[in-house]
Amino acid sequence: MTAHTGSVASTARGRGIGFRVGASFLHALGLPFLLLVIWGVATSTSTNRFFPGPLTIFEAFVDTWVGPAFVEDVLPSLYRLGFGILASIVVGVAVGTLIGLVRWLRELLEPLLEFFRAIPPPVLIPVVMLLLGITDTMKVVVIVSGAIWPILLNTIDGVRATDSVMTETADSFQVTWWERLRFLVLPAASPRIMAGVRQGLSVALILMVISEMFASSSGLGYRIAYFQRNYLIAEMWSGILLLGLVGVFLAVAFGVVERRVLRWYHGIREVSRA
Amino acid sequence: MPDRSTLLRVESLRKVYESTTGDVEAIGDVSFTMNAGELVCIVGPSGCGKTTLLKCLAGLLRPTGGLVEMDGSPVTGPSPAMAVVFQEYGRSLYPWLTVRGNVELPLRHKKLSRAEREKLVTDALEAVGLAHAMRSHPWQLSGGMQQRVAIARAIAYQPELMIMDEPFAAVDAQTRADLEDLVRELHATRGMSIVFVTHDIDESVYLGQRVLVLSKSPTWVQEDLAIDLPPERDQITTRALPRFTALRTHVYDQIQRAKRGQGVAPPLAR
Amino acid sequence: MRVPSTRRLRALRKALLGVVGLAGFLAIWQLIPTLGLINSQYLPYVTDVIARLSEELRDLAFWRRLGATMTSWAIGLAVATFAAIVLGTIVGLVPFLRRATHTTVEFLRPIPSVALIPLAVLMFGIQRQAALVIIIYASFWQVFVQVIYGVADVDAVARDTARSFGLTRRERLSHLVLPTTLPYLMTGLRLAASVALILAITAEMVIGNPGLGRMIELSRSAGDSVGLYAFVVVTGLLGLLVNLVFRFIERRSLSWHQSVRGEEVL
Repeated sequence: MTAHTGSVASTARGRGIGFRVGASFLHALGLPFLLLVIWGVATSTSTNRFFPGPLTIFEAFVDTWVGPAFVEDVLPSLYRLGFGILASIVVGVAVGTLIGLVRWLRELLEPLLEFFRAIPPPVLIPVVMLLLGITDTMKVVVIVSGAIWPILLNTIDGVRATDSVMTETADSFQVTWWERLRFLVLPAASPRIMAGVRQGLSVALILMVISEMFASSSGLGYRIAYFQRNYLIAEMWSGILLLGLVGVFLAVAFGVVERRVLRWYHGIREVSRA
Repeated sequence: MPDRSTLLRVESLRKVYESTTGDVEAIGDVSFTMNAGELVCIVGPSGCGKTTLLKCLAGLLRPTGGLVEMDGSPVTGPSPAMAVVFQEYGRSLYPWLTVRGNVELPLRHKKLSRAEREKLVTDALEAVGLAHAMRSHPWQLSGGMQQRVAIARAIAYQPELMIMDEPFAAVDAQTRADLEDLVRELHATRGMSIVFVTHDIDESVYLGQRVLVLSKSPTWVQEDLAIDLPPERDQITTRALPRFTALRTHVYDQIQRAKRGQGVAPPLAR
Repeated sequence: MRVPSTRRLRALRKALLGVVGLAGFLAIWQLIPTLGLINSQYLPYVTDVIARLSEELRDLAFWRRLGATMTSWAIGLAVATFAAIVLGTIVGLVPFLRRATHTTVEFLRPIPSVALIPLAVLMFGIQRQAALVIIIYASFWQVFVQVIYGVADVDAVARDTARSFGLTRRERLSHLVLPTTLPYLMTGLRLAASVALILAITAEMVIGNPGLGRMIELSRSAGDSVGLYAFVVVTGLLGLLVNLVFRFIERRSLSWHQSVRGEEVL
């Protein structure tokens, strides 16, 4: 996800460590701070009521989300999100591995899967609502119905592309079926699987928000839409901020897991680049 | 004529790749036997079906005709009595496992106690001089070291026969010399039976007790040459022996003849 | 040694199995309401949905809605791509900017674009502009990140070569940076195209500006399940079309540069 990690160290060669730390600190926080200041100045001089200042938003954030609302609206949303993501990963990887390993199954299902992936996930919300009614299960199913496709299809691709020499090695040492899955097929597919999970995460978050905007009387998405309809502008902004934080948290958490799971993959890339 | 010490017997092995526009005969008629404890090198012109032959020996490919027999029983699939060292070490070692994990993997389904398994892994890695790199990942090691890991994996598997497919084709010359001596040493100290496939004539003469020269495809054994060099070999003195040069020249001639398709067919083959 | 005719046989088998899979899916869909496993009120007969689909295809109003959706999509994608190319190239070429914008980008990018829907509605009401805000925000990042990555990927040796031959900045840009970045850009464009479509339709569903998305929402609230399913199928076909077209474009631009596999480095 860090598509452009600048190498700070090389430019600061020969200067003190303190300077280097200070420089990277400035680089990391300089622009966000500057933007906040500009925002603050701009909003304090203008009268546009749709854009409250950062301090107002921060106050609204504390008032709105710190307290019972966290338990009533935020936690259930996060709970559904987490459950949906987990289910998507488990089902997507399991089914994807099966389809990836069985050739006729893959050829049978490929056009169908391509079609399902192409459906814009949010249009599934009304369909699932129709089938399951407005329930918690429905919201989780909505998340799974959208987030599963990138994971499923990437798993199929990854499993399919298992290296032939690696497979022959497993053959020649008579590695058992289970060991082969555990030590060859799944790790070999893991870079693709993780790429799928990353796409799945952002779809899941979108679906969580929209399903709540659509059909809910609680949850983050519902709250934000509610604030907007009642012209509670600062509160609405605080909700957007919170969603942003959830998104950033997901991305960071994914980054940590990914670095652990794909340590070997990144290691190889570093070695081959050097 | 099978006697007690015959380990591997190949008889009239034939492999045809089928396709709709016509069949491609990769291996015509290969026969040879090998005794336990022997180190046999197989050498041939490029594209002569060396890898196909090796895969048939290892049970990774099903031959079209003929027989591969290990200890008197036919080889129909990969067998626990054989271990293969592939040329592409980078693709044969699993990058997500540590060196130790790679060596250990084939042992997992063998009914061994943890201590026994541990001992086999450590012992094998010590044999190739990599005991210190156990916790590293293969891609952190040099090419030569990676191939050592692959060899250690084969040793730990405790096969009766180790099959090596051009294992040193992708490493630099100095590393290659070290690895050749490692193979000689494993053969001498552990009494391992080894089939070593190579396209390098010098390597085959330096390593082998016997060299099988293959014809070009469809393949048959053009010559079965005993290497009468002293068992104690050394990169400098052995390669400087007049006998070494003579054998080398002989094999070279045979290969040239094989390339032109002028090899003398064995009496029974065709 | 694979021979063309076996390959053709395999392709035939594959196509055949694909058709069987599709037919099987439609048959199962038809069977579920027929057997009463799910009430046809909730899962209509596939025959009804297909009939409705062909009806819609002959209706001018349907094409107008489709046009509205695709117009939002096209405007949004174009604006986002243009902005992303300009900003991405500048940020990618200047190491200082790359370092300075890093945290900001890493914070802004994961914000789900749909969170901005209420803000967009406040600013523009139920109009196309509101939808465009969402579409542009979401698709911008897809291209931006790829462009930065592509610009940074310029081979060090090639760059030194260009410098040593005294190529001007302008020449370097067009002969070195552009060709390296192009495949990345195309990957970003493909991703952005499908994201833009998703958000064009989503915005119509939630905001209510005219288009296919609004038809889905209207069918749902009117209890017209046949219409709902028909429109969902249409969006799926549309998504498929966009995917195919942009994958084709990407493949064309990648043909000279086999080693680049954009998605995995994202």
